[in-house]
Amino acid sequence: MSIKLEHVTYTYSPGTVYEMHALEDVNLEIRDGQFVGIIGHTGSGKSTLIQHFNGLMKPTGGLVLYNGENIWGENYPLKALRSHVGLVFQYPEHQLFEESVLEDVCFGPKNQGLSPDEAKERAKEALAQVGLGEEFYSSSPFELSGGQKRRAAIAGVLAMNPDVLVLDEPTAGLDPRGRDEILDQIAELHSVRGITIILVSHSMEDIAKYVERIIVMNKGKVAFDDAPKEVFSHYRELEGMGLAAPQITYIMHALKEKGIPVDETATTVEEARVSILKALGK
Amino acid sequence: MGIIKASKLVFEYLKYNDEGKVEETSRAIDRVDLDVEAGQFIAVLGHNGSGKSTLAKHINGLLIPTEGTVWVDHMSTENEEELWRIRQKAGMVFQNPDNQIIGTVVEEDVGFGPENMGVPTEDIWRRVDESLRAVGMTAYRHHSPNKLSGGQKQRVAIAGVVAMRPKCIVLDEPTAMLDPNGRKEVLQAVRELNKKEGVTVILITHYMEEVIFADRVIVMDRGSIVMQGTPREIFSQVDTLKSYRLDVPQVTLLAHELRTSGLQIPEGILTIDELVNAICQLS
Repeated sequence: MSIKLEHVTYTYSPGTVYEMHALEDVNLEIRDGQFVGIIGHTGSGKSTLIQHFNGLMKPTGGLVLYNGENIWGENYPLKALRSHVGLVFQYPEHQLFEESVLEDVCFGPKNQGLSPDEAKERAKEALAQVGLGEEFYSSSPFELSGGQKRRAAIAGVLAMNPDVLVLDEPTAGLDPRGRDEILDQIAELHSVRGITIILVSHSMEDIAKYVERIIVMNKGKVAFDDAPKEVFSHYRELEGMGLAAPQITYIMHALKEKGIPVDETATTVEEARVSILKALGK
Repeated sequence: MGIIKASKLVFEYLKYNDEGKVEETSRAIDRVDLDVEAGQFIAVLGHNGSGKSTLAKHINGLLIPTEGTVWVDHMSTENEEELWRIRQKAGMVFQNPDNQIIGTVVEEDVGFGPENMGVPTEDIWRRVDESLRAVGMTAYRHHSPNKLSGGQKQRVAIAGVVAMRPKCIVLDEPTAMLDPNGRKEVLQAVRELNKKEGVTVILITHYMEEVIFADRVIVMDRGSIVMQGTPREIFSQVDTLKSYRLDVPQVTLLAHELRTSGLQIPEGILTIDELVNAICQLS
């Protein structure tokens, strides 16, 4: 089971003076159960890329395959694909609209054709998974805090039981604790339910802490596609693309230059702590 | 008295029922005292809902205190006749650059503020020149704003405020929607305005790394100021900050963890160089 892109190209306004290649010859495969991070500066093609994963955008060239089937082939059930691959947009709380949190989360499963009772069951399950208990069911979505709204909106997508969850900057604008809570819950969905997670983020620190693989987009192309340690070892090139490595990477490289034998591929605080203590012989 | 002063400031949001009667009041700001000297760079931290933005909106009279007083350059924001002058003294920049840009060409957008103030035309152009230079956007003056990157748009928004020659700029999470490069550009522009032009800066942010340049950090929780000090003083208190749902920069956290593991490293390390030097001294 996987999402596979073969030579995918997307061109805005082809054949006009406004022609712009948002994606150029993108080849990648995201296998079931992976936790993938996508990074890239604004305008690098990240959002265009993720909208190809569930058929919201149709490539102007190349193929998008879901479990080996061409999603743009004749009679392919695109609507079903959108339940398999759930997309959480930036600031998803702007899309909350129902009178109560529970009804809002029921909207997706109801649209999938589930009975009201089944939809409610799904919604309750999804809300529990994002840490919103019974006391929130009848609250108006607009009474919740920023972090709670964000989680209610994510529950709305989870309630459709996706196999793959794509999140576009789920922590933008949240305070540090709110950010950690959401990311921890996403990590739990990955480890407990085995959902494939694709996380778009501008925070290199968050990416380093959670994902097993990073795809770096630059000018519509895949610049790097590797484990975090490998990708962040190219931190000079990342800077040239308007990105950066986590602060830890810079610390470890600076220590190494000063002759302290640390592991310069450490990317998280804990890895760095262990490596520095070891290098100092403590 | 400094350029911004608040005394026993209280603000309550009112919730009305169907009949238009007050059903509930919630106190967003609870007896805050604040005194900001001209030319300072102040950072405000606090979790979502702690009252940061509500406080910010008092500084240019977008909100009027329920109790207490706010003075901007010696003018009370309660005095409606002074409101326009107050807003020229204290400019605001918000989170989303797309909501703040109205011109179809960069230079026109920047000129909008001074034109509204009735500044003579030749002066407007001089101000537009200066403001664009101050944020490093002169090369884009004839561009269309919607073709710019997030960081560039936000710098145009800041230039638009600078063109009104405010004494103070309040920035409410100006980098929340930007990529790392955009964040760097905006912060650089803000620091230069503060250093070179002497503009007082009040920066609200969730990014702890942006705070280390401030003269003073204010931490808010439940509408009150709960911590106040230099970045080093504030970031020395890792556990207290965490109890307010906040964090410290990664380098400060690593220093703290190494110290907890028994290394002789001072608390409140703020930069990569400081930590590297501290570790080198041990080996």
